[in-house]
Amino acid sequence: MYKQLAKSIREYKSVSIKAPVFVALESLMECMIPFLIATLVNEIKAGCSFETILLYGAGLLVLAGLCLLFGVLAGFMAATASSGFARNLRKDLFYRIQDFSFENIDKFSASSLVTRMTTDVTNVQNAYMMIIRAGIRCPMMLIFSFIMAFLMGGRMALIFLAVAPVLGFGLFFVIRKVMPIFRSVFQKYDNLNGSIQENIQGMRVVKSYVRQDFEKKKFEKAAQEVCADFTRAEKILAINNPLMQLCMYTVVAFVMSFGSYTIISSMGVDLDVGQLSALLTYGFQILSSLMMFSMVFVMITIATESAERIVEVLSENSTLTSPENGATQVKDGSVDFEDVSFKYSKHAERMALSNINLHIKSGETIGIIGGTGSSKSSLIQMISRLYDATEGVVKVGGRDVREYDLEALRDQVAVVLQKNVLFSGTIKENLRWGNPNATDEEMEEACKLACADEFIQRFPEKYDTYIEQGGSNVSGGQKQRLCIARALLKKPKILILDDSTSAVDTKTDALIRKGFAQFIPDTTKIIIAQRVASVEQADRIVVMDGGTISAVGTHEELLKTNQIYQEVYNSQNKVGDDDAR
Amino acid sequence: MHGKLQVNKKGTLLRIFKTLFSFYPVMMPLVVVCILFSAIVSSLPSAFMQNVIALVEKYWATGDWDGVSGEILGLVGLLVVLYVLSLISAFAYTRMMAIITQGFLKKLRVKMFSRMQDLPIRYFDTNNHGDIMSYYTNDIDTLRQMVSQSFPQTLITLVSISTITVIMLYYSIWMSLVVVAGVALMLVVTRKIGGNSAKFFIHQQQAMGHMEGYVEEMMNGQKVVKVFCHEEKSKQDFDSWNDELFQASESANRYANILAPVLNNMGNLMYVLVAVAGGFFLTTGLPNLSFSGLAFGISIAVPFLNMTKQFCGNIMQVSQQINAVVMGLAGAQRVFTLLDEEPEQDEGYVTLVNAKEDAQGNLVECQERTNVWAWKHPHKADGTITYTRLRGHVELEHVDFGYNEKKTVLHDVSLTAQPGQKVAFVGATGAGKTTITNLINRFYDIQSGKIRYDGINIRKIKKADLRRSMGIVLQDTNLFTGTVMENIRYGNLDAADEECIAAAKLAGAHDFITRLPEGYNTMLTGNGANLSQGQRQLIAIARAAVADPPVMIMDEATSSIDTRTEAIVQAGMDALMTGRTVFVIAHRLSTVKNADSIMVLEQGRIIERGSHEELIAQKGHYYQLYTGAFELE
Repeated sequence: MYKQLAKSIREYKSVSIKAPVFVALESLMECMIPFLIATLVNEIKAGCSFETILLYGAGLLVLAGLCLLFGVLAGFMAATASSGFARNLRKDLFYRIQDFSFENIDKFSASSLVTRMTTDVTNVQNAYMMIIRAGIRCPMMLIFSFIMAFLMGGRMALIFLAVAPVLGFGLFFVIRKVMPIFRSVFQKYDNLNGSIQENIQGMRVVKSYVRQDFEKKKFEKAAQEVCADFTRAEKILAINNPLMQLCMYTVVAFVMSFGSYTIISSMGVDLDVGQLSALLTYGFQILSSLMMFSMVFVMITIATESAERIVEVLSENSTLTSPENGATQVKDGSVDFEDVSFKYSKHAERMALSNINLHIKSGETIGIIGGTGSSKSSLIQMISRLYDATEGVVKVGGRDVREYDLEALRDQVAVVLQKNVLFSGTIKENLRWGNPNATDEEMEEACKLACADEFIQRFPEKYDTYIEQGGSNVSGGQKQRLCIARALLKKPKILILDDSTSAVDTKTDALIRKGFAQFIPDTTKIIIAQRVASVEQADRIVVMDGGTISAVGTHEELLKTNQIYQEVYNSQNKVGDDDAR
Repeated sequence: MHGKLQVNKKGTLLRIFKTLFSFYPVMMPLVVVCILFSAIVSSLPSAFMQNVIALVEKYWATGDWDGVSGEILGLVGLLVVLYVLSLISAFAYTRMMAIITQGFLKKLRVKMFSRMQDLPIRYFDTNNHGDIMSYYTNDIDTLRQMVSQSFPQTLITLVSISTITVIMLYYSIWMSLVVVAGVALMLVVTRKIGGNSAKFFIHQQQAMGHMEGYVEEMMNGQKVVKVFCHEEKSKQDFDSWNDELFQASESANRYANILAPVLNNMGNLMYVLVAVAGGFFLTTGLPNLSFSGLAFGISIAVPFLNMTKQFCGNIMQVSQQINAVVMGLAGAQRVFTLLDEEPEQDEGYVTLVNAKEDAQGNLVECQERTNVWAWKHPHKADGTITYTRLRGHVELEHVDFGYNEKKTVLHDVSLTAQPGQKVAFVGATGAGKTTITNLINRFYDIQSGKIRYDGINIRKIKKADLRRSMGIVLQDTNLFTGTVMENIRYGNLDAADEECIAAAKLAGAHDFITRLPEGYNTMLTGNGANLSQGQRQLIAIARAAVADPPVMIMDEATSSIDTRTEAIVQAGMDALMTGRTVFVIAHRLSTVKNADSIMVLEQGRIIERGSHEELIAQKGHYYQLYTGAFELE
C-alpha cells in the first residue's frame, strides 16, 4: 500500500528528504542551547564580567539564528512536500478516475470518490507532514536531550529512563483504548450527516406530513448517541494531559531533591545549579517529545484508513481500454449484434442480456420498448463500448467495436444517457461538449433540431444563460432537450436516445422526431422510450423482455403479433384510442 | 461553498460564550474555576523552585547536606502537595471540558436541526443543499478545537502571564520592562505570522471548496464525460483547481510551520537580551526600582531568566491556537446565520379536531379518534366557536403568485374542486402546474386572491393542520433510511403494521415488497437506492395512502412507473382516489383522462378547462396535445 502511495511523491522527493535533515539539524541546535544557557547561568552566578555575558550572548545568538534558519527551512520544505504530495495524489486519483470504464464507475459511488479526493487526501497530507517533521523531530529530540542530560547530570539522567517508559506506556494504553471508539463513532457520525442530508432533500415530504417534531426527536436521539461515544473517547483522552504533568512533576520533585543533595554533598563538583535547571529543561523536552510522538501515532492511524481508501482507487485498473492503433474511421452507421450476451460483473449470476442477434442498417430508425429491467439500456451501451459484451460480437460499420480507437468510436456513436447531466457553465459551454469548435450557427441549428432553441430564446441571456450545477435551474424537459442538442453537435453516424424525451411533452417529442427524420436522415437513430407514441413511426421496433429480444417489427406487425407490445400499447391508449382518431 | 463572510469576531465570540454558559450554567463556571485554580497552582512552583535554588546557592559550598535537608525537603514536600492539587484540578477540568465540548456540539447541532425543520420551503428551494450541509459537516467541526483546547489554553496563559508579571514587578521594574518589550515584539510577530497563516488556511478551505465542487460535479457526470470523450479537457480543468489548492495549502502550512521555530528562537533571543540586561545592571550597579525594594543581585537575575522562559513558553502555547480560533470564529458565525434564519410564520388559528355528531346532528369536538374531523374555528369578534366538517372542498379565487415580487408565474387562477373530485393539471413544463400545489398546502403564500378549504380561508388554518389534511406524492420520491414498513408508516405514525400493509396493497406495492429480501423489514438506505424509481414511487403512494387524507396531490406520481405497470396498479390507484379530492399533475395524458375536470395551463394561466370529452370536443389546445403526435404526420 505504501509503495503505491509513495509513487505520487515524484518531484517532491528531494524536499521530502531535505526537510527531515533540516529538522534533525534544528533539533540538534535546540538541544545545544540549554547547555550553553546552563553554562551562562553558572558564569553569571560566579560573577563573571559583562564581556563574558556578551560573548555567551553572541554564541547563543548564533545558535538561535542557525536553529531558526533550519527550522524555517524545514517548515517551508515540509509544507511544500506535503502539499505537493497531496496535489499529486489528487491528480493521480482524478486522472485514474477519468480513465475508468463504466464498469469501474459503477463500483464507486460519486460521493465516496469525492470524499477520497478531499478528506482522505487531506488526512494523508497531514500525516505525511507529521511524519517528515514531528516523526523525525521527536526521536531526535529524545535522543539528543537524553545525551545532553546524561552529559550534564550523569546518573541523574537515569530518572528520565525510568519516567519516559511510564509515560510511553500510558499514552499507548490511552490510544489503544480510544482508537476503536473513534473508528466506530466516525461511522456513526457519517450516518448522522447522511440523515441530515436526507432530511434536507426530503423537506417537502417532512413538511407535508408535518413530521418536523418527529424528525427533531429522531435527530436528537442520533446526535445524543454520537455525543455519548465522543465524550467517552474524549474522557479517556483527557487522561493524557494530567499524565504528562504527573511525569513532569515527578521529574521535577526528584531532580529538585536529589539534585540539591548532589550539589550540596559534593560541594558543586558533581552537579551545579546551572546544570540543575538545564536538566529540568531536558526533562521537559524528552517528555513533550514523547507526547508529540503519540500524536503522530494517532495521526498515522487515522490516516491509514484514508490511505487504504485512496489506494483502492489508485490500484483499480480500467476494465476497458482503447486498442493501440485502433481504427479511426467508422464506415457507416450500421450496427450488428451477433450472439451477444452480457452481464455487469463476473460474479453476477444472471445475464443482463442473452443471445442478442440484431442487425441495424445505416440510416435506419429503431425504436426499443420494454418494461423496466428489460435491459434496454444495457443493449445500447454495448454499441459505443461503454461496456464490453461478455460473449459475442458487437459491430459498428461492419467492424468489431473493440477494433476502433475508443475516442473515434464514441465520436461517431452519440449516446444521450437516461440519467443525464448538464454541467455548471453557460448553455454554449455545455453544448460545446459535443463539439468544442462549434460555431454559434451550428449550435443554434442543433438546438432547433432538439426543440431547445424556442425556450433558450426566451431566456434573457439566451445562449449565454448560466446553467447551475446539475442543471437545477432548467426543467427536466428542457434539460433533456439540451442534452439531445449537445449530442447532435457531434454530427454522429449513430444517435442513441435512452429514454431521453420522457419529460418532454408529447407534442415536442413528436416535433423532435420529425426533425430527425427530415434533417438527419442518414444518421442511424436508436430510440428507447416508454411511450409507444415515441417509437411508433420507427422503421422497426425492438421489444425487449427480461434481457432478450421478444420481437422485432413495425408498429402494425407488433400490434398484431406481440403480446407485450399490445399490452403496452393498450395501457397507454385504453380509452383514448377511438376518440383520438 | 460559502461566500466570503465579514467575520464579526467580538460579537461571535461573545455569543459562543453566552451559548456555552446557557447550555452549562453550572459546569461552565466550575470549569473556569478549576482552570484558574490549576493555572495559579501550576505557576506557583516556580517560586518554590527559586527558594530551593536560593538555599542550594547558599549552602553548596558548605557541603553540609544534613544541615539544610530538612528545609529543602520541606519545600519539595510543599511543592508535591501543590502538584497534586494542580493534577487534580487539571484532571477535573479536562474531563469536564470533554463533556462540555461534546455536549455543546451536540446541543448546537440539535438546535440547528430544529431551526432548520422550522424554516420555510423557500429556504430549501433557494439555498444550495450542499451549502446547508456544510453547516453540519464543516462549520460545526471548526468549533471543536476552539472550545476544547483554545479556550482553556488561553485562560491558562492569561493567568500564568499575569502571575509571572506580578512576580517580575515584585523583583525589578526595569528588568520587567525589558521582558515586556520583548514579549510585545513576540506578540506582534505572532499576530503577523499567525494572522497570515489563518488567512491562508481560510483561503485553503475556499480552494478546497472550489475543487470539491468541481470534483463532485465531474464524479456525478462521469458517464457523460466518457460518452463525450471529455476526459482530457476535464483533466486540464481539474489541474487548475488542484494547483490553486496546492498554492493555498503550501502557503498556509508554511506560515503554520515557521511559527513555532520563529517564536522559539525569539524566546532564546529574549533570554540573551535578559541576560545581557541583567549583566548590565549588575556591572553598572544602577539602582533597582521594584515593589519589593530589593537591590538588584544575582538572586534576582537568575529567576528572571527562568521567568522569561516561562513567559515565552506560554506565548508559544497560545500561538498554536490561532488557526483554530480564527477558523472556529468563522465557522461559528456561519452556524449562527443558520440559527438566525427567520422560521416559517404561522398565524393560523383554525385547527383540525376529532368530532362526532350529537343528538341534534351538530358537530361537537371530542378527544377520542372518531375518523370524523372538523375544523375548529374560533371567531375573534364574538368569541364563538364553529365547527365545520372536513370534506375536502378546495376553491381558488383569482389567485396571482410569483416566487419573487418581480415575476408573476400564476395569473388569475380560479378553480373549484368539489369533495371527491379529481382535478388534473396539464401543460408544458414551466406552465405553473406544480406551483399551484405549492400554494394549496401553503409551502408558498399567494400574492393576491383567495384559497378556501371547506370554505375557510387557508391563511386562517394552522399550517400543520392544513398539511395534515392533505397527502402529497411528488415526482422526486424521497424515502428515509429505515425499513420499508417505517417508510410507509411515515404517513401516519399511529398506523399498525396491518394498516401499512393494507395501504401498500392499495398502492400496488405489496407484491414487490414481499419479494424484497426481508419483505417489509428490508432496510432502505440512500433514498432507497436499492429500489427502482418506480418502486420508490409506489412506496411513496402507500405512504400517502396510510395517511388517509381527504385531499391528495399527485405531482407526476406515476411518471416513473412504466405504463404497463401503471395499468396494473391502476385499480389500486383508483381505489386510493375514490372519496378523495385529488389534484393530479401528469404529462402522460392517459393518467389524467378520467379526471372530473382538466385544467390546461399555459404560462401561468388556465386556458381551457373541462372534462376530457368536453376538451376534445372543443378542439382547442388540449385536443392538439392529445392528438398532437398523430396530427404532425
